[in-house]
Amino acid sequence: MSSHPVDHAAPAILAEIKPAVLPRRVLVENHRDFHWITEKICGIVEGPTPVWWWWCFGVAAFVASFTVAGLTYLVATGVGVWGHANPVNWAWDIVNFVFWIGIGHAGTLISAILCLLRQKWRTSINRPAEAMTIFAVVCAAIFPVFHVGRIWFAVLPGYLFPFPNYNGIWQNFRSPLEWDVFAVSTYGTVSVLFWYIGLIPDLGTMRDRFTQAGNLLKARIYGFFAMGWRGSNRQWSNYEMAYLILAGIATPLVLSVHTVVSFDFAVALIPGWHTTIFPPYFVAGAIFSGFGMVMTLMLPLRAIYRLEDVITQYHIDCMCKITLATGTMVGYAYSMEFFIAWYGANPYEGFTFVNRAFGVYAWSYWIMVTCNVITPQFFWFKAVRENTTMVWILCLFVNCGMWFERFVIIATSLARDFLPSSWGYYSPSIVEIFTFFGTFGVFSVLFLLFIRFVPLMPMSEVKAVIPQADPHAPGHQH
Amino acid sequence: MNKTYGIVAAFNTTPELYQACEKVRDAGYSQWDALTPFPVHGLDAAMGVRRSKVPRFSLAGGITGFCTGMSLIWWANAYEFPLVVGGKPYFSPMFAFPISYELTILFTAFATITGMFLLNKLPMHYHPVLKAPQFVRASDDRFYIVIEASDPKFNPARTRGLLEQVGGKDIAEIEE
Repeated sequence: MSSHPVDHAAPAILAEIKPAVLPRRVLVENHRDFHWITEKICGIVEGPTPVWWWWCFGVAAFVASFTVAGLTYLVATGVGVWGHANPVNWAWDIVNFVFWIGIGHAGTLISAILCLLRQKWRTSINRPAEAMTIFAVVCAAIFPVFHVGRIWFAVLPGYLFPFPNYNGIWQNFRSPLEWDVFAVSTYGTVSVLFWYIGLIPDLGTMRDRFTQAGNLLKARIYGFFAMGWRGSNRQWSNYEMAYLILAGIATPLVLSVHTVVSFDFAVALIPGWHTTIFPPYFVAGAIFSGFGMVMTLMLPLRAIYRLEDVITQYHIDCMCKITLATGTMVGYAYSMEFFIAWYGANPYEGFTFVNRAFGVYAWSYWIMVTCNVITPQFFWFKAVRENTTMVWILCLFVNCGMWFERFVIIATSLARDFLPSSWGYYSPSIVEIFTFFGTFGVFSVLFLLFIRFVPLMPMSEVKAVIPQADPHAPGHQH
Repeated sequence: MNKTYGIVAAFNTTPELYQACEKVRDAGYSQWDALTPFPVHGLDAAMGVRRSKVPRFSLAGGITGFCTGMSLIWWANAYEFPLVVGGKPYFSPMFAFPISYELTILFTAFATITGMFLLNKLPMHYHPVLKAPQFVRASDDRFYIVIEASDPKFNPARTRGLLEQVGGKDIAEIEE
């Protein structure tokens, strides 16, 4: 961090060879200053509630009611209202769980991994991406908690959390499902903490602005959460260290969460699940789906709030390229699974993969391949990346494809396992469809509240990456 | 009754603040601070602020978390109620690892944040600089140096003179 003096002492050879100076990418366009950033971001929260917001909120709340209705019916009746039956006893609940938890991963990637890699373009998008993570974890958590039917069993001692049951028996800590309880609850907790720490300076700004405007109630509320932050450099010093450490631990955390999720399958013996490629394949897929969702959310916000100066074409390019890279990794994993199924010479494994592509669920397999492997390839082209409508539509395909990926993995493997006598075909019931459909409403309600009440971007971080923030003489390059 | 808390000077740009901080540091003050709307790169060195102690909290949290995971699993599955599953050993660090790993991260996160709050003495909802009206801009677009009256070298006239000399604007006293 304090390597500045070293930077100035350039080796003598540089003067002779005159290396090309690559210009730093501009992260905030049109030479905006500090005050413009404050006004722009705070203005979103301070301004009157826009009409579109109420419409979206109404629709989102209506959609969310489907989840409430679906879950109420489930708890009142029993898990039989879902379409699970032998041999597919794990279906949309785990598909939806993995789908939502995967979406969250892009938020942590942006906030933690890109922070460690000093990718400064992350600053404009990390706050909404982290919010997306938290809300996605909320939606994901609904499914494992409710799939037991009698939800009080999820919290009673002896089931999920480490307390012995009434016979004094503890959880089986050898089970990946128990690991998953710890992985997902740690992930949710750390994501909230990380998000909140990032928010503190901005809440301080909001507090000061509401105090100045004479709105003492809001000043109190924002001030309470700002914890008395005053932006002193001695505070920043500890704050930045804490932020760096949180980024440092969130990085192995995010990689471990989807690894543990993939263990739920990889540790089982079912053909199509029992493979060592699962952890990296799941993590790449999670980041792929998450970036799809980040762009699905950010591109409309950028247009509505005229944020083109802070979310520039460069930001969109970067996100598209990560989507392309992770989508291609996922495509590689699909082909490698087929290769290993053949090369491993296990007849059950070989059958499973032929069945995936040409069996009763072939339709879902080809939707998955089209959306996840072909869609991102369009991002090779600059003209596509610069057409935000096109990017947005492609991201919808990515979201859709990644849901189908989990469906393909789970349903095809279970529906056609070792014994042909136990084969079956799974279709969801209307209750499952309602419950899943409604989670998009739950997610949207939370996200809309976030847009309305929380500064959309980390102002202090965006300010720190513009040229005026450089404490050295103007025009000085390093 | 209203004691002086300190003298404050404003700066409009980061280079001005940076150079002023170096001079205040070299003048030998210790009870002073810079208020900035964002972390200014390299300002710790310019102020002579030492490396943060937050990592000590993190390390302690991480070790506690890992030991908690390992001992919880050993205690629950091997000691308190030995659980036979598939003929596997009652305890092995292998299967205890994923949970211990997650708990390491969880406890590190809590320890890091606790450490940050303790070292920054937060939450502190009352502070003299929060009361002073000019500081609205310290969280927006302006930079301040505050030299506290509790500093042994503090002298109202000389400190004010130093802040003028380093280029501070709108120099004012703030009350406790």
